[in-house]
Amino acid sequence: MMVPRVAGAGRRSVLLLGALLAAFVAAPFFVNDYLLTVLILSLYFAYIGQAWNIMMGFAGQLSLGHAIYIGLAAYVAATLFTRLGIDPWIGFAAAIPVAAACGAVIGFLAFRFGVAGVYFAILTIAFAEFARIGFDNWNLVNASSGLFLPVTQYAHNDVWRLRGDPTMFYYVILAATAVAFVLCHLLLRSRIGYCWLAIREDEEAARAAGIDTFRYKMYAVTISAAVTSFAGVFYAFFYNNLFPEQVFGISRSIEIILGPIIGGVGTLFGPILGAFVLTGLAETLNFVISASGLDLPGATQVFYGVCLLVVMAALPDGVWPPLARRLGVSGDVK
Amino acid sequence: MTLLKLDSVSKRFRGLVAVDQVSFAVPQGAIFAVIGPNGAGKTTLFNMIAGAMAPDAGAIVFAGEAIHGLAADAVCRRGIARTFQLVRPFPALTVEDNVLIGALLHRHEVGAARVHAHALLARLDLLDKRQRIAATLTLPDRKRLEVARALATEPRLLLLDEVMAGLRPTETDRMVAILRALNRDSGLTILLIEHVMRAVMALASRVLVLDHGVAIAQGPPEEVVRDPTVVQSYLGAEAD
Ligand SMILES: Nc1ncnc2c1ncn2[C@@H]1O[C@H](COP(=O)(O)OP(=O)(O)O)[C@@H](O)[C@H]1O
Ligand SMILES: [Mg+2]
Repeated sequence: MMVPRVAGAGRRSVLLLGALLAAFVAAPFFVNDYLLTVLILSLYFAYIGQAWNIMMGFAGQLSLGHAIYIGLAAYVAATLFTRLGIDPWIGFAAAIPVAAACGAVIGFLAFRFGVAGVYFAILTIAFAEFARIGFDNWNLVNASSGLFLPVTQYAHNDVWRLRGDPTMFYYVILAATAVAFVLCHLLLRSRIGYCWLAIREDEEAARAAGIDTFRYKMYAVTISAAVTSFAGVFYAFFYNNLFPEQVFGISRSIEIILGPIIGGVGTLFGPILGAFVLTGLAETLNFVISASGLDLPGATQVFYGVCLLVVMAALPDGVWPPLARRLGVSGDVK
Repeated sequence: MTLLKLDSVSKRFRGLVAVDQVSFAVPQGAIFAVIGPNGAGKTTLFNMIAGAMAPDAGAIVFAGEAIHGLAADAVCRRGIARTFQLVRPFPALTVEDNVLIGALLHRHEVGAARVHAHALLARLDLLDKRQRIAATLTLPDRKRLEVARALATEPRLLLLDEVMAGLRPTETDRMVAILRALNRDSGLTILLIEHVMRAVMALASRVLVLDHGVAIAQGPPEEVVRDPTVVQSYLGAEAD
């Protein structure tokens, strides 16, 4: 817990981040297709983990239904694209307010009527489940038979329409992850970030210090939902198919939070590190299982469970804070 | 001029009347003490003034405005800051960030809030410890930290709930000196709950004695400590 500020920790962090970013930018030139897919998946979870971390890690509000924001955004962008031929970035611009409004509704209902802690978490699950059932029966979006984006071979990568090869998707999600990182960094150092931390630490004491906790919790859920929405757009255009069962399912919401928990809730870098640790280990496991010729359905889920138990027992603050101390950079919760 | 006025304020917890029609007035610039045995209703009284709970009956008027029923943050924005008897600093944050958060109430810029926080940390002898995580501080330091965070919101009225409890005599004297200086330099009005009579006698110009939720005596400290009812119900019991 006691992290005396190391002199030069700031410069070291910048250097390390710069080196890491350079490595990420160079990666596609050195990895095969399979590894590139693993990297895309890791960055995808790193992105969402950061978005979720805004709510839980910064403001202390546990959402177990973040899949709702991904799913809504995915459906908005995909529907606009397939029905009206509207390009994904414009679809994203439309998805942001939809996801944010959904977050605001959930937040309003919870925070206005004093639904907190585990009850709040259950409410977020309930909303995601409503969405799943609703979309499963909504014919405009093909209900349970799913929505498909046309897949044709493109002569070249089209970033504007998000049509192209995995390398293009890799750079898109890398850029998004970097933007989310910078955004989280700026949020944490701003007035809003301090108010969130105060609420996370002790809501009554925060109120006694003059913080309008309702307002700042609303900011947290709305901003987190808005940031999350990009992941939905990315998902739709990367996988080219959407099934309510898959995008809104509770297991999706759980997957989202494992990375930050393993990496370190409330830290800036934890969600990114956790996503890579978890995705990397899970892929290794899949590889070993398929190489050994065994058929073990559900092995990944069991593996996630074991990872979580091990990390929570050995490193309750996640992997990042102790690692950051080793590296001599700031890794504490603030 | 009266800064804070309570008029027949009551609070019930199920069957128990924790605060029973208490009335008093705190003049602007005064240091006013509330004393009484454990369970007398002192903290409940503070909770109602600070907006942590609404009174069941009665009125609380601050600077001419009725504030009973307002939320705690709204009360704080009007100029009343409080400490908690069971200290509640933001545990995982640094000492500096704890105070900075208070200072953000009237400062939009984080940088400006940090500068203000430093000034208060210096005042409360905490500047050297500003990078420490609050949870790692000793109890006296955490109490000082709470005072600093409350002061950072720039209150007109400061509510202190047993900030001397658990302090050594030298630390008590230091706290008394700090509070007296604050009162003298900036005209800060202070309402304190205190068991340490030496601090009460040194600081307060007026004392209210609560017993079983009832205000049994009120007046200058020298008079109140000689009041037979007070001696019997509180000070006498304390001496046992
Ligand atoms: N939130 C509460 N719910 C129920 N009873 C309470 C609550 N707060 C205080 N009380 C009761 O009210 C009485 C007064 O408590 P308190 O105001 O804390 O006294 P003091 O601060 O003078 O020691 C006590 O009997 C206490 O148990
Ligand atoms: Mg008390």
